[in-house]
Amino acid sequence: MIHFDNVNKRYPGGHEALINLSFHIPRGQMAFLTGHSGAGKSTLLKLIALIERPSRGNILLDGINLSQIKNSKIPYIRRNIGIIFQNHHLLYDRTVFDNVALPLIIAGYTHNEVGKRVRAALDQVGLLNKEKVAPITLSGGEQQRVGIARAIVHKPGLLLADEPTGNLDPELSREIMELFARFNQVGVTVLIASHDLDLIGQMQRPVISLKDGLLVHDDLAEMTSHG
Amino acid sequence: MAKFESSNQVARNSPVKAYFIHHIRTLISSLGFLTRNGLSTVMTMTVIAIALALPSGLYVFLTNISHVSVGWDNSAQISLFLKSDVTEKQAQQLVKKLNLYEDIKTVKLIHKDDALEEFQRISGFGEALESLGKNPLPHVIAAQPKIDPQRADKIQHLLKELRNLKEVDIAQLDLQWVKRLYSMLEIAHRGIWVISVLLALAVLLVVGNTIRLDIQNRRAEIEVTKLIGATNAFIRRPFLYSGLWYGLSGGVLAWILTSISIGLMENSVEQLASLYNSGFQLQGLYFNEAMTLIGFSCSLGLLGSWIAVSRHLHEIEPS
Repeated sequence: MIHFDNVNKRYPGGHEALINLSFHIPRGQMAFLTGHSGAGKSTLLKLIALIERPSRGNILLDGINLSQIKNSKIPYIRRNIGIIFQNHHLLYDRTVFDNVALPLIIAGYTHNEVGKRVRAALDQVGLLNKEKVAPITLSGGEQQRVGIARAIVHKPGLLLADEPTGNLDPELSREIMELFARFNQVGVTVLIASHDLDLIGQMQRPVISLKDGLLVHDDLAEMTSHG
Repeated sequence: MAKFESSNQVARNSPVKAYFIHHIRTLISSLGFLTRNGLSTVMTMTVIAIALALPSGLYVFLTNISHVSVGWDNSAQISLFLKSDVTEKQAQQLVKKLNLYEDIKTVKLIHKDDALEEFQRISGFGEALESLGKNPLPHVIAAQPKIDPQRADKIQHLLKELRNLKEVDIAQLDLQWVKRLYSMLEIAHRGIWVISVLLALAVLLVVGNTIRLDIQNRRAEIEVTKLIGATNAFIRRPFLYSGLWYGLSGGVLAWILTSISIGLMENSVEQLASLYNSGFQLQGLYFNEAMTLIGFSCSLGLLGSWIAVSRHLHEIEPS
C-alpha cells in the first residue's frame, strides 16, 4: 500500500528531515511510526499526504507513484486518505455533523447518503447523540473522535494519524487506538505516528522507528525476511 | 489500484448533478456566511452601492437634460432673407414650394411690414426707421428643417439648395448654439464614462479587498478542506459567490439610492419646470437600465472576488 524507496527530504535551509528511507507497508496493515519529536514522523506522513514532496526517491501509494501526481490531481489522491491530527483541525463555526460531512460534500455525495454515512461514522466513534453540537463544547477526547469520524466517513483505503492521542489521558488514548484497530479489521490500512511507547507496546502491531531522519527499526521488514 | 479508486463509487451523484448541487449549496451557504457577518457585509454593500449610485445618478441627470433639449432641436431654423425686389405674392409662392420639401418641417413667412413693426417695437430705433420712409427690410421665410441637428452634412446640403433659389438673398442657419449644447452634453457623457470607470475600479478594489480578508479569516478552514481533498475550484467557489452577492446587493441598493435621490428632487424640478410653462417630468432609471446597472454590479463583484481569489488562495497550503 505504502512503498518508500530511498526517500530523502531536505527542507529549504538544509535540514535533512528524512534520509534514504525505504520501507513497505502492505495493504490492510496497521503499523506504528515512532521516534522522538524531530525524528521525521510528521514529515513522513506529510509526504504520503502530498503536503510535502520528497527531495529524492519515490513514494508509491497503492501502486501510484506520487512524484508523478500533478498539483491539480493532489485532491483526488487525498480523498482516499483519512488524516487525523493531534490538534483535531475541526472547523469551529459549524456543527459536529457538518464537520464530519465535509469529505462527503467535497466528493459530491447525495444529501441522503451524506446523512446516512455521517450518522454511521458518528455511531462508530460513539458520538451519535452529539451531531447537532458545536465542536468547541466537546471534551478533547470527543473532539478527537469527531476528527476520526471525519477521517473515516468517506471510507478511505488509508488512514494516517499524527499523534492522535497526544493530548489525551491513557484510558482515552487506549480507546482511540482500539477504534483504529476496529477500522483496520475491516480492511483499512492504518499508519499511526506516536511517541507513546507504552501504548504502542500494548497494541502489538508492527513498528517503524525513526531517529534523526534515519530508519533505525522496521518490524515489517523483519516480518517479510523471516516469513 | 482498483480498490483504491473505486471504494467511493456507491451512491454518489453523477458528476454533473453533483456539480450543480454543489453550486446551489455554495450559493446558499455563502449567503448564509454573509448574513452572519451582518455589519461588515452591509458596509461593503453600501460602499459598492454609493460608488455605483453616483455615476448612475449623473447618467439620469444627463438623460433628463437630453430629454429637455430634444424640444430645442426644433428651434434650429433656417432663415431665408429674400431679395428686396421679391413681392409678397412671390414670397407666398415660395412658401408653398418649400412646404413640399421633404427635409423641411414647417415654413413661415415673416412679412417685411410685420418684421419692421417688431423691430421698431423691440429695438427702440423706431423714430430713426420712420425717417427712412421706406421699409428697408426684406421678406423673411423661417424654415424648420426636419433633420437631426447632429447630421451637419445633411443640413449643409439643404442650406446650399436653399441658397441657390433665385428669390433667396441670404440663407442663414441658426444652429451654432445647438451644436454647442450637444458638444457640452458630449463632454458630460465622456465625463460620466471616466467617473464610471474610476468608480468601477473602486468597486473592484473594495470587493477584492473584502474577499481577501474573508480568505484570511477562513485560512484554517481552507487548509482543512484542502487536506480532506477539496479541489481549488471547490475552495474558490464560496468566495466567488460571495463576490456575486456583494455585487448583486450593491447593485440593487444603488438602484434604490438613485431612485430615492430622484424622488427627493422631483418636486423641486417640477416647480422649476412649471415656471418655464413646461410639463417636464424627471425621469428615473428605466427598468432595463436598472437591470444593466445590477448586471454590471454583479460582474464587478464576481471579477473583484476572482482577482482576490486567484491572487491569495494558492498562498494557503496545508503545512
